[in-house]
Amino acid sequence: MTPAAPEPVVEISELRRVFKSRRGPVEAVAGIDLQVFRGEIFGFLGPNGAGKTTTLRMLATLLPPTSGRALIAGRDLLSEPDQVRWQIGYVGQQGGADMEITGRSELVFEARLYGMGREQARLRSEELIRTLELEPCADRRISTYSGGQRRRLDIAVGLVHQPQLLFLDEPTTGLDPQSRARVWDEVRSLRRAGTTVFLTTHYLEEADALCDRLAIIDHGRIVARGTPDELKREVAGDLVTVGLEGDPETALRLLREQPFVREASAEESSLRLYVERGESAAPEILRLLDREGLGLTTISVSRPSLDDVFLRQTGRSLREQAA
Amino acid sequence: MKLARDTWLVFQRYFGIFIHNPAWVAVGVIQPALYLLLFAPLLKSIADVPGFPHGGAYNVFVPGLLIQLGLFGASGVGFGLISELRFGVIERLRVTPVSRLALLLGRALRDILTLLLQSLILVLVALPFGLSFRPLGILIALGLVALIGLMVTSISYALALWLKDENSFAPIVFTASLPLLLLSGVLLPMSLAPSWLRTISTLNPLSHAVSANREVFLGHLANANVYQGVAIMVVLAALAIWYAARAFSRAIA
Ligand SMILES: Nc1ncnc2c1ncn2[C@@H]1O[C@H](COP(=O)(O)OP(=O)(O)OP(=O)(O)O)[C@@H](O)[C@H]1O
Ligand SMILES: [Mg+2]
Repeated sequence: MTPAAPEPVVEISELRRVFKSRRGPVEAVAGIDLQVFRGEIFGFLGPNGAGKTTTLRMLATLLPPTSGRALIAGRDLLSEPDQVRWQIGYVGQQGGADMEITGRSELVFEARLYGMGREQARLRSEELIRTLELEPCADRRISTYSGGQRRRLDIAVGLVHQPQLLFLDEPTTGLDPQSRARVWDEVRSLRRAGTTVFLTTHYLEEADALCDRLAIIDHGRIVARGTPDELKREVAGDLVTVGLEGDPETALRLLREQPFVREASAEESSLRLYVERGESAAPEILRLLDREGLGLTTISVSRPSLDDVFLRQTGRSLREQAA
Repeated sequence: MKLARDTWLVFQRYFGIFIHNPAWVAVGVIQPALYLLLFAPLLKSIADVPGFPHGGAYNVFVPGLLIQLGLFGASGVGFGLISELRFGVIERLRVTPVSRLALLLGRALRDILTLLLQSLILVLVALPFGLSFRPLGILIALGLVALIGLMVTSISYALALWLKDENSFAPIVFTASLPLLLLSGVLLPMSLAPSWLRTISTLNPLSHAVSANREVFLGHLANANVYQGVAIMVVLAALAIWYAARAFSRAIA
């Protein structure tokens, strides 16, 4: 048997959103095309203000697109938003649970909104409390929850009606490493259960470790897409970073001419060089700079990361911005 | 059917939240009670001035206080909504298939229930001072408070959804409420006012509610002022609900 062709759960074409603001229109999402397939964890990686939340809110029926189309689980976003709502769960960037009541009552309320009877809602809440390990806090006011508990509750609320597609907007932002790992586990077990997850993040490690495929978004445009490995391979080769004592321009000119350097760029007092094989390029670079009398402070070789992908596409580093 | 069920669910939730913080009832009652204790006695001495309605200071003043309670008690409800917007609660609810009108009505019902509770407390406190009324009259009076509550909460919610920010919401609400209050004849009957002021006040829907409520407390239940006041409030409440429900269903951009 051949594996079934991937079935798209989200199909977006030319989706665009412009906000009016006092200082004129802001194009938050500038016409994106995208497919998310059934059963995958799809990631949207981008810096602050890239348009991640705006895209997700449009897909979750919260915000009308300025133009463009989207099909979600076969339903048209614009003409059948009510149908779409039954198919999706959405966990917003700020969560969405009320601080004053208990997690359990939030879950029961949510279940009742999806038409469940009292008993069914109680059972479903109980089930979610168990799966997301919320037993210790389920009957406390949400204002007393830890960050990780809060996030797991938000996810539980989004899962009440067993949606086939779950949107998670920055599910781990602000969490400590342990809580983050638990959320990752949760997302992976959702995939095992067949749920498609569409999440946003500005953490490179998260995109790399968690997502099956991802799109890198910047200024409302998708600048790269693929599996994390494909994306890193696109960067082609290893990265050698050279710290220099003086002005990098001379060194840049010199190294650019070398056949083993594929791409080179200068940044204040350092050079970024993409080379075929970092191990053999490094000594060569040392020799060249030494011969020209160009003082060198540091040198490092690294395999390309998603940050290099981002850097190459946008000229900026995501890591610096996240910090 | 779905609307009724959703409204009930939303009401229960917000009522549950409210129960956890009953201080709000007290806050709502304290203000009118202070008027009752510290201001109404002044009216006693001017109750004989020509132009002051007959029926005793409290029967003239308490109906107005009830309307004021409706206005002030309801106008601030938008604050709660703004903090919910900030915490993403409204977004989360709008992703569910819940009726958008129910999101408004469920909350408004909770608000009105508290208003009615506060009104009852106020009436009870005023009884020993000599307030008198007919049983049917108190029902009409509470009905008027409920209508004003519906109208004002709806407007307050719509405004909150539009502004999304306490710092712009607060000044607008306070600046709008004060002239509405002064021009309604709550504090002193408009029959004492110079004619230009009286003319302006007829443009204020609340002044009609106040006149209607005064007639009710004077025992004139079938008075034309009562019909008029109730009719105006029904129409305005319906308009306000329609407008606010639209705000709830539109994207909160
Ligand atoms: N309601 C709005 N009105 C005006 N501009 C908006 C509005 N919402 C978002 N924007 C603008 O649109 C752009 C994209 O915002 P968006 O929230 O989608 O970014 P994001 O990728 O989710 O960022 P973050 O990582 O900070 O959450 C930003 O420039 C933002 O200021
Ligand atoms: Mg965002």
